[in-house]
Amino acid sequence: MKRLFDRRRVLNWFLGGSTFAWLGSVIYPLLRFLSPPPEQEAAISSVKAATLSGMAPNSGQIFKFGRKPALIVRRPDGEFVAFLAKCTHLDCVVQYRSDKERIWCACHDGFYDLNGTNVSGPPPRPLDALEVHVQGDDVYVTRKS
Amino acid sequence: MSTSPENPERPLLAWVRDRYPIAQFAEWAKHKTVPIGPGAFWYYFGGITLFLFFIQVGTGILLMFYYKGSADTAFESVRFISAKVPFGWLIRSVHAWAANLMIFSVFIHMFSVFFMRAYRKPRELTWLSGIVLLALLLGFGFSGYLLPWNELAFFATKVGTDIIGVIPVIGEPIMYVLRGGEEVTGSTLPRFFALHVALFPALLTIFTAAHLFFIQLQGIHEPDAWKAHPEQRKTMPFFPHFFMRELLLWLITLNILAVLAVFFPAELGVEADPFSPAPAGIKPEWYFLSTFEFLKYMPAHVGPMEGEEFGLLIISLGFLLWCLVPWIDRGRGRAMTTIVMVTGMAILIFLTILTYLGFVA
Repeated sequence: MKRLFDRRRVLNWFLGGSTFAWLGSVIYPLLRFLSPPPEQEAAISSVKAATLSGMAPNSGQIFKFGRKPALIVRRPDGEFVAFLAKCTHLDCVVQYRSDKERIWCACHDGFYDLNGTNVSGPPPRPLDALEVHVQGDDVYVTRKS
Repeated sequence: MSTSPENPERPLLAWVRDRYPIAQFAEWAKHKTVPIGPGAFWYYFGGITLFLFFIQVGTGILLMFYYKGSADTAFESVRFISAKVPFGWLIRSVHAWAANLMIFSVFIHMFSVFFMRAYRKPRELTWLSGIVLLALLLGFGFSGYLLPWNELAFFATKVGTDIIGVIPVIGEPIMYVLRGGEEVTGSTLPRFFALHVALFPALLTIFTAAHLFFIQLQGIHEPDAWKAHPEQRKTMPFFPHFFMRELLLWLITLNILAVLAVFFPAELGVEADPFSPAPAGIKPEWYFLSTFEFLKYMPAHVGPMEGEEFGLLIISLGFLLWCLVPWIDRGRGRAMTTIVMVTGMAILIFLTILTYLGFVA
């Protein structure tokens, strides 16, 4: 019967373990190198997205919300709504379709209603909503509190 | 000094022959044969793919003399190549068209190998290395598509990398590494550039060498019928008979390439703007159209899974089965062979229809 701790076996374990550790110490920095450090998200609290006079009812426009594209829509009734403009399907930037009064993603023909709810096509979830405040002529958008 | 090819004592030849065993090489080339038969035409497509790869290396190096791989400069540098550099438009168009033709010819090559059942023992590894090569070529297409940094490419990359992110557990980290962050930004471009001009060419060279080495060791697959009827066996010498025919086809390919590049030059479109909505009618390159169409038809949810997850699962399973074809059909039973061949035909028709639908959509 082979002994559990004969010299060859111990040496093999030692050698195998060292190889493993060595590989780890080579591969780990490489993997970490490939994955970039997270970028500092600018602390966006409020962005001026549009003006009352500059946006007719039943229209929409893209604005920068920090580093992300966002969409502000003036509904046909004159109310404003805003969302992050990132389609929940595969990440494309959505746009407002005034002919259908819906938010549309051109990539795979997905539609959202004006509450941001996915209503047709492949999007699996509603859009991330933002909060809109009107101050005088200016329309400000903030994160949902 | 005579220049007659029959004269073995040409000084240069003699010089080489004195130093290297080229006689052995000539002997080997003389004995290498290629089967002749109804399927013989398809044997040329592997070589055509190789030729197009040479074109890609050449034109790719030329483009790198002018291309500037950062988000601020990429689009302008490609515009400069197309508009200002003498024959820049031609080099760029040849590069773009050769990429398309290469993927087209590699698909023909793969399906012809499949329908000739050339994947069977002992050629399993040739099949697998071929699939790796196909994946690499698709990777070349995908990474190269982003480099001009135009709107179409930007959104295609967003969608393509997001699809990778759907894969459970490993998808998100891979997507993060590919994008160089959470989103497709200027940080993504140098990564794709590095993949396109350094990593993928290196891998492609290694796997092409392995692929050719396997073929060299085992010879070219001969039709199954010849085993039962050896008297039907007909071959031609690889050199010069097959070689010259292949060269002629390369020349024809080059001409087709030139005509396409001149009459349908590669477009540039508008510069990518991460803050503009995806343009209407956005589509990937034709070789990703079937996947694109397939995912488009997925509903938002299938059971507990999101539609895209489900679609991706189906595609991955299909791909896995495709890799395992040599082990599924080992040529032991007629029934299994028929099932595999019919399934292969169905896949081919399915992909063609989806690609067509994507094209006209």
